[in-house]
Amino acid sequence: MTDIGLWSVLIAVIGGAIRVSTPFLFVSLGETITERSGRINLGLEGTLVFGAMSAYATAVLTGSAWAGVAVAGLAGGAFGLLHGWICRFPRVNDVAVGIALMLFGSGLAFFFGKPFIQPSAPQLPALAFGSWSDLPQIQAALRVNVLFVIGAALSVFLWWALRNTRVGLIVRIAGDSADAARAMGYDVDRVRLLATGAGGVLAGIGGAYLSLYYPGSWNEGISSGQGLMAVALVVFARWNPLACFGAALLFGGAGALGPALQSVGISQGYYLFYAAPYVLTLGVLIATSSPDRALAGAPGELGQGK
Amino acid sequence: MVAKHSLSRRTLLGGTAALGLAALPFGTARAAGKMTVGVIYVGPKDDYGYNQAHAQGAAALKGMAGIEVVEEENVRETNDVQKTMESMINLDGASLLLPTSFGYFDPHVLIEAKKNPTVQFRHCGGLWTEANPKNAGSYFGYIAQGQYLNGVVAAHATKSKKLGFVAAKPIPQVLNNINGFILGARSVDPSITCQVIFTGEWSLAVKEAEATNALIDGGADVITCHVDSPKVTVETAARRGAFVCGYHADQSALAKDKYLTGAEWDWAPIYKGFVADMQAGKAPPNFLRGGLADGFVKMSAYGPGVSEAARKNADAVKAEMMKGGFAIIKGPLSDNTGKQIAPAGKAYAENAIELESTNYLVEGVRGSA
Amino acid sequence: MVADTAHPDLDSAGSPSPALQVRAWIARRTEAVAIPLGAVATGFALFSLFLIALGKSPAGFLDLIYRGGFGSPFALQNSLQRAAPLLFAALCVALPARLGLVVIGGEGAIVLGGVAAAAIAPALAGLPPVLGIPAMALCAALAGAAWIGAVGALRAYRGVNETIASLLMSYIAIALSNHLIEGLLRDPSSLNKPSTRAIAEAFRVGPMPGMKVHWGLGFGVLACVAAWVLTERTTLGFAARIAGGNVRAAQIQGLPVGRLIVGFTALGGALAALAGFFEVTAVHGNANASLVAGYGYTGILVAFLARQNPLAIVPVAFLLGGIEASGGLIQRRMQLPDATVLVLEGLLFVLVLMSETLYGRYKVFSPHLWTRTRAAAPVMAVAS
Repeated sequence: MTDIGLWSVLIAVIGGAIRVSTPFLFVSLGETITERSGRINLGLEGTLVFGAMSAYATAVLTGSAWAGVAVAGLAGGAFGLLHGWICRFPRVNDVAVGIALMLFGSGLAFFFGKPFIQPSAPQLPALAFGSWSDLPQIQAALRVNVLFVIGAALSVFLWWALRNTRVGLIVRIAGDSADAARAMGYDVDRVRLLATGAGGVLAGIGGAYLSLYYPGSWNEGISSGQGLMAVALVVFARWNPLACFGAALLFGGAGALGPALQSVGISQGYYLFYAAPYVLTLGVLIATSSPDRALAGAPGELGQGK
Repeated sequence: MVAKHSLSRRTLLGGTAALGLAALPFGTARAAGKMTVGVIYVGPKDDYGYNQAHAQGAAALKGMAGIEVVEEENVRETNDVQKTMESMINLDGASLLLPTSFGYFDPHVLIEAKKNPTVQFRHCGGLWTEANPKNAGSYFGYIAQGQYLNGVVAAHATKSKKLGFVAAKPIPQVLNNINGFILGARSVDPSITCQVIFTGEWSLAVKEAEATNALIDGGADVITCHVDSPKVTVETAARRGAFVCGYHADQSALAKDKYLTGAEWDWAPIYKGFVADMQAGKAPPNFLRGGLADGFVKMSAYGPGVSEAARKNADAVKAEMMKGGFAIIKGPLSDNTGKQIAPAGKAYAENAIELESTNYLVEGVRGSA
Repeated sequence: MVADTAHPDLDSAGSPSPALQVRAWIARRTEAVAIPLGAVATGFALFSLFLIALGKSPAGFLDLIYRGGFGSPFALQNSLQRAAPLLFAALCVALPARLGLVVIGGEGAIVLGGVAAAAIAPALAGLPPVLGIPAMALCAALAGAAWIGAVGALRAYRGVNETIASLLMSYIAIALSNHLIEGLLRDPSSLNKPSTRAIAEAFRVGPMPGMKVHWGLGFGVLACVAAWVLTERTTLGFAARIAGGNVRAAQIQGLPVGRLIVGFTALGGALAALAGFFEVTAVHGNANASLVAGYGYTGILVAFLARQNPLAIVPVAFLLGGIEASGGLIQRRMQLPDATVLVLEGLLFVLVLMSETLYGRYKVFSPHLWTRTRAAAPVMAVAS
């Protein structure tokens, strides 16, 4: 393999951004839909983990990775609907229910996932966007999974749909003012139920990516908080699907920095390099926040508490 | 028959414990001809790695007459493990405990050993010293020998002359393995180098996958590792088309024809020995160590990618190791900052005490300890 | 979030007799106990169905929970021991919650607190333990206060979302702690398990009298009581609640909202850090990577389950400790995976949170019913 020196860090960061970002992207897109409708679902970490387990288990049992993705989506949808249904009851706090479902989802995934830690599952296919290059590093970096492409397209579509479609409008109205939505004759609870369900589907698929493509394995530490982080990235992305794509790429790329720097010989203080995504996100968050205005783009009904 | 017996014993033990008879007289358990061994794991038992290797050792005990094995997995290295040990002693009547994770020893095993002088504790990792309680002890293997053989085989397989090592933390046992791997490779071809990437955690899938990719992007074409579960590293490397040398357990099923060989633990004979000692009425040894020659460490079967020359070479080295006293670190040797480690003529055999505190990476390794 | 019931019985013209007030008070408190207990019972019932579906015995399971978590002095101490760090961790959530803030980064404060205590210990070597141990605790508390207080300051003065900031700060704290433990603060003789220098025997915190549980439990309960007094019985706590309800109204009334936010978050961080302090001085004897044990995240659950009430944190943490204490026994005796207790906990929490909707629905708990002069027969009826 050709030695390309420091360029390899840049290529690794790009490759890492593409490899690592997909679960963040799917979860944050899902959470964007949910939060735009006026609800917070902190439980997507549990959904992500359960999605990863159910996808892997299905792929092992059926031999089809795509069947795994489908099952993960369905299971994620079920968790989302459960969250949405529970939160319909008066005085039930959506943040708290999310935390409880995070535990419940992870618990169920670990429980039923035990027999699947060891077996190997068929993997999702990748598209070789880097075949134009002679450099194996670039070829590797640009081996892009289909789910990443779908996620990218989805973020553009959601960005457009939230602005320009009737459904998008209804979701936004439900999120900005429940009273206004009711006055217009919409069932706010049902809108939020469906939005939370849709969010769950996406988070489940994000989990399938983890177990069926990258890192492509099922174990109890497969997510280690990625779902929670992705939910947090929605605030960072100001509830904008396009910005979610950017945030996920930034976060994934920063995560690749640690290993890449070590591979070119910068090996002191690797714990601090590994913290780069968090430091970077915090820095951008501080720089873009302002004490005077409310968070631009924040749905009005969010965090109203009950 | 055995199952029935154990069930009734459990009921009995449970009953007495519920009555508050925590200090069950030991004689009773012995008289019944039954001995309970408690095995504690820090991760899942089927992780294709560290914990699986121990679970296989424990599984070998399960078939033995008069032995009952109780196991608990995913036990944290906190107060939790103390309580698990106490629970195994008080409620299951365990007389031999095998807490397998490194972090269990100090203070957890030491505290429990003091509290329960009639129970034997054997901890994996070689941390026991004469100053520690006599009913505790440790066992470990010179697995760097296995990594040396990995290196010999890897040297024949590499085309780029660059190897890659995914490591958890720069602690002596990991550094010895990295040094073993590169020195094995350099015994074949001194121009070979090895890049190491530390993940900082014993088990963190995404980071291990990223590290593997970074190594391969950097040109490495044979990868090995020292993390708790090599599964992610092995699968990621094989998918990228790199060769793999395994660690902890046999991962050949995960990498198919990309799997060259691997350094594996073999705890079954050690555990059987402990149990035999206990059944004979004596305490197992306090400090037990061994390598290939003693059967503590074994090699995975060669994969299809291993050439005839590589086999011959590795088999010859292995034969040397089987004689005992094989020195991986021998002079003249410098570390990768140019500092001399061993002058010409100086050699550290596998059991040399100096290797317990290795804090360097030898020349040829890119990375810092 | 602070679903404190109104006090209509006191507002009504012609205040009822003291005896009736007591009955009304009992009715309200009974509701606050009966509803969560009912939810827990429902949770166990549903979990029993789950076990039956798996072909396992629910009776055997409950027996093991009892035996492993509550049924003997050993089991009780095990549960209490596990509850100790959760008390502190939960307060790190419950105190900022008074101001309507959701802080989920307590884990970082715990780890950082432990490292700070271990880092200062060698410098205190000459002091008598009576001074040295509190100095270590103070150092830990300051580290935690600075860390989570910074999250509060970012929120108050910069408008940064505290939930995401606390999570990010937590990850950064853990990275920093690992960096220090394996670098600057590492004891060179801690070969294969990188740790800070061992804390002198004199500075180790021991068990409480007559128990095997360390002092973290006692101080944790004390901290919960103190936090309750602060939030429920002081003007500061009252001001915080107003600010949590409506920032603008609080500002109009001249309340120092910014300082309240920084103060409550800092206090939460200081308390979380004490959990790390006790882990270091009472359990590990040094700071090492095992400090990252997830107490901070379990603490979030405890706090939400306790409805952010500092006093309720104590029984909730104990219940949780008990379930976790029995986890090992369940693994060994029933051949069920370790995650079984996670499933049970998740189920219990979902149901307890759902039960929030039931408050005020049952007439039997209504203070009105009991302040009426002719006591109508209590009817268990759902209000429409």
